[in-house]
Amino acid sequence: MDIEIRHLTKSYGPQKAVDDISFAVRPGEILGFLGPNGAGKTTTMKIITNYIQPDSGEVLIGGRSVHDGSMKRYIGYLPEHNPLYPEMNVIDFLRWCAEVQDVPREHIPDRIREMVRVCGLDREKHKKIGELSKGYRQRVGLAQAMIHDPEVLILDEPTTGLDPNQIVEIRELIRKLGREKTVILSTHILPEVEATCDRILIINRGRIVADGTPETLRRQAQGQQVLRIRLEEADPDEAVKAIMALPSVASVDLVQAEACRIEVQSKPEATSNRAIFELCKERGWVLVEMVPFETRLEDIFRNLTMN
Amino acid sequence: MNKAWIIARRELDAWFDSLVAYIIIVAFLAFSGIFTWIAGADIFLRQQADLSVFFGVARWTLFFFIPAITMRLIAEEKRAGTIELVLTKNVTDRDFVLGKFVASVLMVAIALACTLPYYATVAMLGPVDHGATLSGYVGLLLLSAAYIAIGLFASSLSNNQIVAFLLALFISIFFQFLFDVFADNTGGWLSRLFDMLSAMRHYDSIARGVIDSKDLIYFLSVCFVGLALTEWQVGKRE
Ligand SMILES: Nc1ncnc2c1ncn2[C@@H]1O[C@H](COP(=O)(O)OP(=O)(O)OP(=O)(O)O)[C@@H](O)[C@H]1O
Ligand SMILES: [Mg+2]
Repeated sequence: MDIEIRHLTKSYGPQKAVDDISFAVRPGEILGFLGPNGAGKTTTMKIITNYIQPDSGEVLIGGRSVHDGSMKRYIGYLPEHNPLYPEMNVIDFLRWCAEVQDVPREHIPDRIREMVRVCGLDREKHKKIGELSKGYRQRVGLAQAMIHDPEVLILDEPTTGLDPNQIVEIRELIRKLGREKTVILSTHILPEVEATCDRILIINRGRIVADGTPETLRRQAQGQQVLRIRLEEADPDEAVKAIMALPSVASVDLVQAEACRIEVQSKPEATSNRAIFELCKERGWVLVEMVPFETRLEDIFRNLTMN
Repeated sequence: MNKAWIIARRELDAWFDSLVAYIIIVAFLAFSGIFTWIAGADIFLRQQADLSVFFGVARWTLFFFIPAITMRLIAEEKRAGTIELVLTKNVTDRDFVLGKFVASVLMVAIALACTLPYYATVAMLGPVDHGATLSGYVGLLLLSAAYIAIGLFASSLSNNQIVAFLLALFISIFFQFLFDVFADNTGGWLSRLFDMLSAMRHYDSIARGVIDSKDLIYFLSVCFVGLALTEWQVGKRE
C-alpha cells in the first residue's frame, strides 16, 4: 500500500510544527525522514498513524484516508519514546498486541515466535518489560510494531539504544521488509540512512527542504562536478595552468604540490574527466588518481538545515 | 466491543497479577466491615435482620474507593505515553474508554461479591428480605458504574494520578450528597432539579427495594455522559 501525504499542516499554538508537507511513498520503498530536532518528523508520523489530526491536509494509505481510523490495522508504528507497559512480560505483551491488531487467533503463536526470533528477544522473552535494558525494550517496540505483518511501517528512530550487532540486524530486517512493504523511518544517524533507505526526505521547521535518493541530493547540493586528481611526472604549476585552460573547467586548486594533488571544479552542467585524461595523454603525465568528490550527507544536511 | 474486552482484560490481568486487586478487595471489605460493625452494633439486638446499615456504609466506601481504582487508568497511560501505543493500534477511542469502564465495573463487582458472606451471616441470624438485598446490590452496582464513569473522566483530564483522584472525588461529592443538600435548601424547580441530579436520592429509592425505571435511567445517563465526556477528552489528545 502506498502512502500519500497531501498538504499536511499542523500548528501548536503560533508555531507551525508541520507546514504544508506533501510527499508519497510507494511499496518497496524505504523513506528516511531526516531533520534537526523539532523539525516536525514525529508530528508528521503521529498524523500518518492517525494519532493526532492535522489542521489541514490529508493522509491516504492505499488510496483511503486514515482519518476514520479504518486503516490503522495496516500500519505498524514504533512511537518515538517507545512507550510500553512495564508490568507486562514480553510474551503476554506481544500476544495482547496481536489480539488488538486482529491477528487471527491460530496465527498468534507463530507470529510471536517469529518476532522473538527476528528481534533477538529469545533470552529475555519471559521477563517483565520494565526489567529489560533499553536496547531490549527497543526490540520489543519493534516487535510490537511488526507483529501483525503490516503493509506500512512507521518507525520513529528505530535503532536508538541498540548495540552495533543488533543495529546491523535490524537494518537488514528493515531492508528486507522494505522490499514489499512501505516504510518510513526517522533517524539522526546519517550513515544509517545511506545504509537502509532508498530515498531521503529532509525537513526543516516543518517544511520539506530536500527529497531524493542520496545520489540526487549530492548532485543537487554540489551543483558542479568536483574531481580530485593526482598526477605523476608532471610539474604542478604547469599542470594547474594547463587544466585551467580546458574549456569545461571552472576552477583549479592545487591541494598539495609535492604529490601533485589537484582539485578541479567543472563549469555547471559540464564534466571534465575526458578532457583531463586527454590532456595527460598529450603531455605524457601519468594520471594515477581521479575520483569524483562526494559531498558528505552531513554537509548536505547542515547546508539545508542551518540558517 | 470485542476490542473493549481486550483492553478490559489487560487491566484486570494487571490488577490480579500484581497485589492491587487483592489490596482493593481486602481494604474494601475491611472498611465496609468495620464501619458496618460500628454503625450497626445493634444488628444482633434488632429484631429485623437486614443489610441496610451495610448498604449505607458501602455507599461511602465506594465513594472513596472508586476514584482510587479509576485514577490510574487514563492518567497513567497519558503520562507514560502508552496511550499513543494503544490508540495507534486497531482500537477506537471508544473501545479504549469502554474497556477501562468494563474493567473497573468488574473489579467493583468482584469486591461487592466478596461481601456476600456477610449477607449469608445476616440471613442466618433471621429472616432477610431477599428482594431488598438484591435491589440494594443492584443499587450499589449502578452507583459504582456512575462513579466509575466520573472517575474515568477525571482521569482523562490529567496525567497525574493524584490530581485525577482528587478531581474524581470533587465531582462525585456533588452526586454523593451536595445535590441533596442543595435540593433541601432551595425551592421550586431548582429544588426539583437538584433532587433529580442527586445520586443519593436515586440510590436510596433503589435500596428501599424498588428498582424504578426512573432511577435506572438516571444512573445509565450519568454513565453515558461521563463516558462520552471521557471519549471526547481522550479524542483531544492533549
Ligand atoms: N504536544 C505538543 N505541544 C506543543 N508543541 C509541540 C507538541 N508536540 C510537538 N510540538 C512542537 O512541534 C515541533 C515539532 O516537533 P516534533 O516532535 O515533530 O519534532 P521532531 O522532528 O520529531 O524532533 P526530534 O528530532 O527532536 O525528535 C517542535 O517545535 C515541538 O516543540
Ligand atoms: Mg521526533
